[in-house]
Amino acid sequence: MSEKLVVIGNGMAGIRTIEELLKIDPLAYDITVFGAEPYGNYNRIMLSPVLAGDKTIDEIMLNDEQWYIDNHVTLHKGKEVTSIDRVNRKVIASDGTEESYDRLLIATGSDPFIIPVPGNDLDGVISFRDIKDVDAMMEASKKHKHAVVIGGGLLGLEAANGLMQQGMSVTVVHLMDKLMERQMDAPAAAMLKESLEERGLHFLMEASTESIIGKDRVEKVRFKDGSEIYADLVVMAVGIKPNIKLAQDAGIHCERGIVVNDTLQTYDPSIYSVGECAQHRGIAYGLVAPLFEMAKVCANHLAKMGIGRYEGTMTSTKLKVTGIDLFSAGDFNGDDTTDELVFQDKARGVYRKIVVKDNKILGAVMYGDTIDGTWYFDLMRDETDISEFRENLLFGQAHLGDSGHGDDNRVAAMSDNAEICGCNGVTKGEIVNAITVNKIFTLDEVRAHTKASSSCGSCTGLVESLMSHTLGGDYSTAPHLKPICGCTDKSHDQVREAIAENGFKSIHTVMEAMEWKTPDGCSKCRPAINYYLVCKFPELNLDDSQSRFINERAHANIQGDGTYSVIPRMWGGMTTPQELRAVADAAEKFNVDTVHVTGGQRIGLYGLKKDELPEIWDDLNKAGMVSGHAYGKALRTVKTCVGKEWCRFGTQDSTGIGIKLEKMSWGSWMPHKFKMAASGCPRNCAEATIKDYGVVCVDSGYEIHVGGNGGIKVRATDLLCNVETEEEVLEYSAAYIQLYREEAHYLERTAPWIERVGLSHVKEALVDDSQRRKELAERFNYSQTFMQDDPWQERAKGGEAHEFTPLKVIG
Amino acid sequence: MSDWIEVGTLNDIPKLGARVVSRAEGDIAVFRTAEDKVFALRDKCPHKGGQLSQGIVHGDRVACPLHDWKIGLDTGTAVAPDEGCAASFPIKMEGEKIMLSLTPEEGCPNN
Repeated sequence: MSEKLVVIGNGMAGIRTIEELLKIDPLAYDITVFGAEPYGNYNRIMLSPVLAGDKTIDEIMLNDEQWYIDNHVTLHKGKEVTSIDRVNRKVIASDGTEESYDRLLIATGSDPFIIPVPGNDLDGVISFRDIKDVDAMMEASKKHKHAVVIGGGLLGLEAANGLMQQGMSVTVVHLMDKLMERQMDAPAAAMLKESLEERGLHFLMEASTESIIGKDRVEKVRFKDGSEIYADLVVMAVGIKPNIKLAQDAGIHCERGIVVNDTLQTYDPSIYSVGECAQHRGIAYGLVAPLFEMAKVCANHLAKMGIGRYEGTMTSTKLKVTGIDLFSAGDFNGDDTTDELVFQDKARGVYRKIVVKDNKILGAVMYGDTIDGTWYFDLMRDETDISEFRENLLFGQAHLGDSGHGDDNRVAAMSDNAEICGCNGVTKGEIVNAITVNKIFTLDEVRAHTKASSSCGSCTGLVESLMSHTLGGDYSTAPHLKPICGCTDKSHDQVREAIAENGFKSIHTVMEAMEWKTPDGCSKCRPAINYYLVCKFPELNLDDSQSRFINERAHANIQGDGTYSVIPRMWGGMTTPQELRAVADAAEKFNVDTVHVTGGQRIGLYGLKKDELPEIWDDLNKAGMVSGHAYGKALRTVKTCVGKEWCRFGTQDSTGIGIKLEKMSWGSWMPHKFKMAASGCPRNCAEATIKDYGVVCVDSGYEIHVGGNGGIKVRATDLLCNVETEEEVLEYSAAYIQLYREEAHYLERTAPWIERVGLSHVKEALVDDSQRRKELAERFNYSQTFMQDDPWQERAKGGEAHEFTPLKVIG
Repeated sequence: MSDWIEVGTLNDIPKLGARVVSRAEGDIAVFRTAEDKVFALRDKCPHKGGQLSQGIVHGDRVACPLHDWKIGLDTGTAVAPDEGCAASFPIKMEGEKIMLSLTPEEGCPNN
């Protein structure tokens, strides 16, 4: 029999936890939910748009009653739990309903804080917390004229804006001298106030409410200085307090909130708490992003899956008032030890301030143009060293200069039919629609519903910023440690570390030890783990062909129509009449219709059937040609120009060095494809500055460039260093490739890898530390002694025959 | 049923892999899971016709090599939120021998 899980609180935190739990182990518990409100679960943060008339209640329902039925969850709606009997492990509701539990989840959220002044219980004095309050405000707006909102914070301003949209004359009363003082600094707050005043809101600053006056219904609000204003409706929005009474009464340790540990358990380990009622590491959160992370960890623990830990959330704020963009995150006030980078253009209504310490972002506040908010937030969360682009930081990600375009964050300015995901043809409008209609919050959900960012992944940044723009502050870009896929909570780095520490030698061992949720992974995690094992233990031949994508399993690129391409290696882009003759003969023999010269200076033959592959490979092998690995997460090509042997501008032997580079590094498996080039002079005809590793010959030696990419997002290389000899070019190349092989995440090209870890990290390992460079190069060359077997030759001789022949031919 | 044909033995297919039964009316992919369960589907993804036999097998599913749609091996149905299915063909094991019926289960288009 299943254990019983009782959830107190039918809000976003409680239900999100159940959803996460159902995803990983639907049969673990008999689940019962108590909810005080007479509704299913709705998206509380969208109440402001409802009030402003931008959305309806139906549009913000997350789980209707059918959902509870479909998922076999018992819902006691409209029943408030009044006590918890921890000795007998049961909860009792106001109408006498009792439910026993094996585990209990308290997700009672928070209550609005009502200021203790006379008259605060008059008719017409309400808070802004649930559907009931929104109904009351909408009702009041039909009959009455004057509204006073007490509280100039996020919630108060959203309420005020909503009431104004409903036609009321609204005055915001605020105790402090600036609005949203917890999220804004003085200049931003002033701009916000000005802009809201232009829209018609009135403000009373530094005003302390003394009493609320009226006979039956509120009539006036009086302040400590003796002044009064008319009011038919008073909305208290001064803050929230975690709803802990139930827990407190049951003797569970509470401070400001219900105190929980990193697995979201209270001091009674059979009782959990998530959401706004919980206090974790001293913080009780009032935003929605943290509760999604809490829900995930809590569900994992309830399902007895591993030891995922919640380590706190870095939050950011956006105001949900149409037409006003503001963003803030982290410590935006700074102190004597920090630097402030400030940009202000009053006429355009743009302000941004970034607080920096030791070249790391501590906080940011932005007003007007907030498109780069997500970018700053990511830099802050990842503690990225910004020294390389500090001078352009304030101008945003689009102005990174020599580092190329980076992630184009200009999603807000895009039209609805702009294509975001080029692989699957998904437009901005489709993604926004999927997010709002299906009420989804995570990247994985967007991928599942739209396919956007699920193929090559290069639009992931765009999709993430689109989500953040659509969902506002409700979207937490991603947990600090992104899990590899839905099969696990472990990140790429955690898996690599575990392999290194524990010496795991098989995919199965890794999955078992790291508590994978699926028996044999999926098409995302299995190839990744397979690569990490091959990279760590090159000598052990651990490769599992069933964990490779078809291209690497068949050593040829599958094409849209199911045929394959064959591209032999031409070292350094050099070929001979004999090789060309062999390619031409093969093309004729196998009726290849398409012969194409590739961007990497190779010749591709297209349209081959799978069972023809070993035979054509055999023909090419006989002419001395080997696999070009054009299908692999591996060294693809080394492109060259003719260099000083022919060119009047050439300074060094670029073809010679290209051939040496290719001979050294072919056959090596890498996190993603890897391209090199060598140009004979700074005119750079081989386009070395958009390659993963580029060599530009100069009179005094060689410039080494890294991290370029000529794909969807063009990224020019960063200059790593200058060297004088060919031997150094080769050593740097080997060391650089090995660093990339050992540190990048599977399917991460060198360009995003370098943007993630920073160029200075690469320089430290390769340029500043010659010992480390030599060790890296040695490890690469050692690994290569096991990798440089031509896969075509092996298969042409009959290896892996099952891959290339049908099981049976019928008819 | 008279149309059972022997297509090979269990060991002819790698674990977590697939092989193709080639025929004029369209290829059939025969899959083997980690637990040695064997399934047969029309070798054509309902999305854009990718060869399912070339995908990565995991659990009781295969990921299409073209766009990573996940197809359930037992019914041929795409895993939600994707929609569509590939025809499923009955398999029975006679010891190590894999017997395949060329009459697909009803419900999914077999084209």
